[in-house]
Amino acid sequence: MIPRFTAPLLPELMLSIGGTILMLVAAFTGRRGTALVSWLSVLLLLGATVALIGPPSHTGPVFDGMVSADLFASFGKAIMFPAAAVAIIAAHGWFERGTEHASEYAVLIVFAAAGMSVMVSATSLVALYVGLELNSLAGYVLASYRRSDERSAEAGLKYFVLGALASGILLYGISLLYGFTGTMSFTGIAAAFGRGAPSLGLLFGLVFVLAGLAFKASAVPFHMWTPDVYEGAPTPVTTFFASAPKVAAVLLATRLCVEGLGPATDAWRQIVIFAALASIFLGAIAAYGQTNIKRLLAYSSINNVGFAMIGLAAGGARGASAVLFYMAVYVVMTVGAFLCVLWMRDTEGRPIESIESLSGLAQTRPAFAAAFAIFMFSLAGIPPLFGFWPKLVVFNAAVASGYVALAVAGILGTVIGAYYYLKIVKVMYMDEPAAPYGRVRQPVQGLLILVSALLVSPLGYLLIGPLGSLSDKAAGSLF
Amino acid sequence: MSGLPWLTLLIAVPFIAGVLCLFVSASGARWLALIGTLLDLAISIYLWVAYNPDAAQWQFVEKYPLGGGVNWALGIDGIALVLIVLTAFLMPICIGASWRSIEKRVAEYMAYFLLMEALIMGAFSAQDLFLFYIFFEGGLIPMYLIIGIWGGIERIKASYKFFLYTLFGSVLMLIAMIYMAGTAHTTSIPALMAYDFPKQVQTFLFLAFLASFAVKLPMWPVHTWLPDAHVQAPTAGSVILAGVLLKLGGYGFIRFSLPMFPEGSAQFIPLMFVLSGVAVVYTSLVALVQRDMKKLIAYSSVAHMAFVTFGLFAMNTQGIEGAMMVMLGHGLVSGALFLCVGVVYDRLHTREIDRYGGLSDNMPGYALLFMIFTMASVGLPGLSNFPGEFLSSVGTYRASSWAAIVATTGIILGAAYMLWLYWRICFGTQRNADAAAMPDLSLREWWLLGPIALAVVWMGVYPESFMRPFHNDVARLVARLDRVAPAGDSHLTLGHMNMGAMH
Repeated sequence: MIPRFTAPLLPELMLSIGGTILMLVAAFTGRRGTALVSWLSVLLLLGATVALIGPPSHTGPVFDGMVSADLFASFGKAIMFPAAAVAIIAAHGWFERGTEHASEYAVLIVFAAAGMSVMVSATSLVALYVGLELNSLAGYVLASYRRSDERSAEAGLKYFVLGALASGILLYGISLLYGFTGTMSFTGIAAAFGRGAPSLGLLFGLVFVLAGLAFKASAVPFHMWTPDVYEGAPTPVTTFFASAPKVAAVLLATRLCVEGLGPATDAWRQIVIFAALASIFLGAIAAYGQTNIKRLLAYSSINNVGFAMIGLAAGGARGASAVLFYMAVYVVMTVGAFLCVLWMRDTEGRPIESIESLSGLAQTRPAFAAAFAIFMFSLAGIPPLFGFWPKLVVFNAAVASGYVALAVAGILGTVIGAYYYLKIVKVMYMDEPAAPYGRVRQPVQGLLILVSALLVSPLGYLLIGPLGSLSDKAAGSLF
Repeated sequence: MSGLPWLTLLIAVPFIAGVLCLFVSASGARWLALIGTLLDLAISIYLWVAYNPDAAQWQFVEKYPLGGGVNWALGIDGIALVLIVLTAFLMPICIGASWRSIEKRVAEYMAYFLLMEALIMGAFSAQDLFLFYIFFEGGLIPMYLIIGIWGGIERIKASYKFFLYTLFGSVLMLIAMIYMAGTAHTTSIPALMAYDFPKQVQTFLFLAFLASFAVKLPMWPVHTWLPDAHVQAPTAGSVILAGVLLKLGGYGFIRFSLPMFPEGSAQFIPLMFVLSGVAVVYTSLVALVQRDMKKLIAYSSVAHMAFVTFGLFAMNTQGIEGAMMVMLGHGLVSGALFLCVGVVYDRLHTREIDRYGGLSDNMPGYALLFMIFTMASVGLPGLSNFPGEFLSSVGTYRASSWAAIVATTGIILGAAYMLWLYWRICFGTQRNADAAAMPDLSLREWWLLGPIALAVVWMGVYPESFMRPFHNDVARLVARLDRVAPAGDSHLTLGHMNMGAMH
């Protein structure tokens, strides 16, 4: 019998307790237990997703308003937990060739998921920081997971140093907000902002906090770490970084802006608009010269966060709903694209990351190329693929709030960005075949690629109704 | 009318056939594609027969909500109907034209063609704003792949140019659509066609849609993607590009720009006439100096499409019906001309005009059909382009006599470059031994060109059977445009003909 007060926190409890137990299992079984631990972690994450049904999504504030178990948080968790599970599955067969203890990888992801879970539920600055750090610490370790590999170690170090700096900025902002309002809770801060024009200290606090969050979401101008870390980290880890933590950061920023900084909308909106447009254009232009597919996808993720932030800038329940919708589809496209990258191996199973190696893939591996092309066209937002729809939803929100110029600027960004997605398709479909890839015998990963490709194919349009009403309801719980 | 969802079938048949193509062998894909397109042709002929021009404006209406405010809403009026029939007619011919000339990755090729047909059919029959956009834009992907994979030497550049140009034009339209849906609280195209947007807003909306349709049609000066795309695309790709995809631009003007923004359109009539006038004269002159057959025909397409914009923005019955007929006639004739280029290209693998000459000696059948299509393109009475060009000129004259003068010079220049092209290829001495040794049309090629030739004659002799479906729709459009239509400077008055005295 579960005590009543824990019911709203069931997913978090499952993840932290289950994660701790799995860590012990991993420690005692060593390399032998890799498969066991990772499958149990997947089960744990899926179980936590199922546990979202009921009190965790309808209770509202718990722990005196530290966190909120509402539909908004649950929507985020329902995206992030499966994405984290996919990141675990993505690592199957990846670390075996190295010397690392592969089993801790899954446990770290579970802990990171617990952190993200706190992030999206947080309604006070303390919970925000605790969740964010729990997620980040797991992330630093994951980035350098292949510690014998120079690039991976470099990625981990870079991520850690810059991440620590961002945390420092965030903490400074939190201390300013706390100092000038005397409260840590979002509603208290909102009340303080509501009392006339905000003081300079409050504004500084707001800017610093948003800067810290922008770092986690890798929005321009705090994106510098992203390409290096994405390139250096082992591909399954990159799969994870590009999906779930990004959702957590964007959703956290959304909740903070709406619940905590709502009365100061005019103050943060210009920051968000700048970050959105800068991310879209930098993400689109900087990707041009890339030769490494992971680096290119890093810029693509920067670009995509920009579009999600257009929804945030639009404001209101409609804007927040657009953010949720965008992130849900974004995760599917990104995870699918990275799973494809994961399958780029030479005949001996070593990973290849150059875009050139994709040459003529449509002739050597037609199904693989088709899936990859679907993800690329979808990320570019070209109809009839489903990636078009979330872009339409955010632009719709922007136009409805009167930000037509913002929508026009954003949509011109999609045309610029379309070029490099097209380039990948061109390499796969129009170039002469390069040396063929080796076969990857991972049926579960293959199935995941298939499912995500189908989800973002025109079949995805059947999901507009349910996903749209769900994100509307989830966004409504913020207001 | 039976309860079958005919328009959904029209889209689903090529789509399903296209997906199946990916899983079969090369020859299986060829037959599957041919059967799929013929089946679609049969459906479209049924639509043509079952369509009642005097009944409701929108027929074969279907509507299923997809959620999120989007509906799978299909329905056609006469304008859409004839364009659907044109598409369905050209598609099996395209498949036939690719039967032998495409040798690598046949299954993929056929799949992309069928997917494109599904998307084009969808664009013509969509009754929901966003559904239209999805179909309209979706057509870019298969065409991009067709040009990029099976095209000529410069295919990569051409495919990028095609894709990014058209995408750039379309995204502005998307923003306008979002705005319209938000303002009018509906995404239904028939409802929006009767909705009056504020005048100032119409200006911007018109410009946003113009950005898309002008690129697609294409109008001067945003036509530069077209010659590249045509020259590099495989024969069937050019046929479908010229025959059908360009018509999406003209269709867009008729369906969106004119009825939805009458004031906005009227405001830009001078601009449209100037752009069309420049296109007619300039691109005709450019066509005159081309050495590459496909490029010449590509430029002639731009000139012919200018007749469409002339006719549409004259905003009277003759002009708009003429524009429709130009689109239909040009769809047949330019498609056939590209096929004619394809016929000799398959034999000699060059499109250089100078490499041919005197083909009427060794290829009499080819010379005959090529002559029919050349004459049709020139606008000879009795062939398909005459009714359209004549009506469109009459309509233009009623709106502005200066515009009509410029437009008609285009017909003269058109005669010049087409006749000179024909002369250089089919007449004269046989300078090149290899060209002189080419065999005449094969049976397959007769089957490709013959039906088009018949249709060209039919359309020229009895255009009414093609115009009948859209008379009422054009009348509705003209009624809507009545308040803004240009008065014109020609001061036409109806003569009093004594009908009794003629008997």
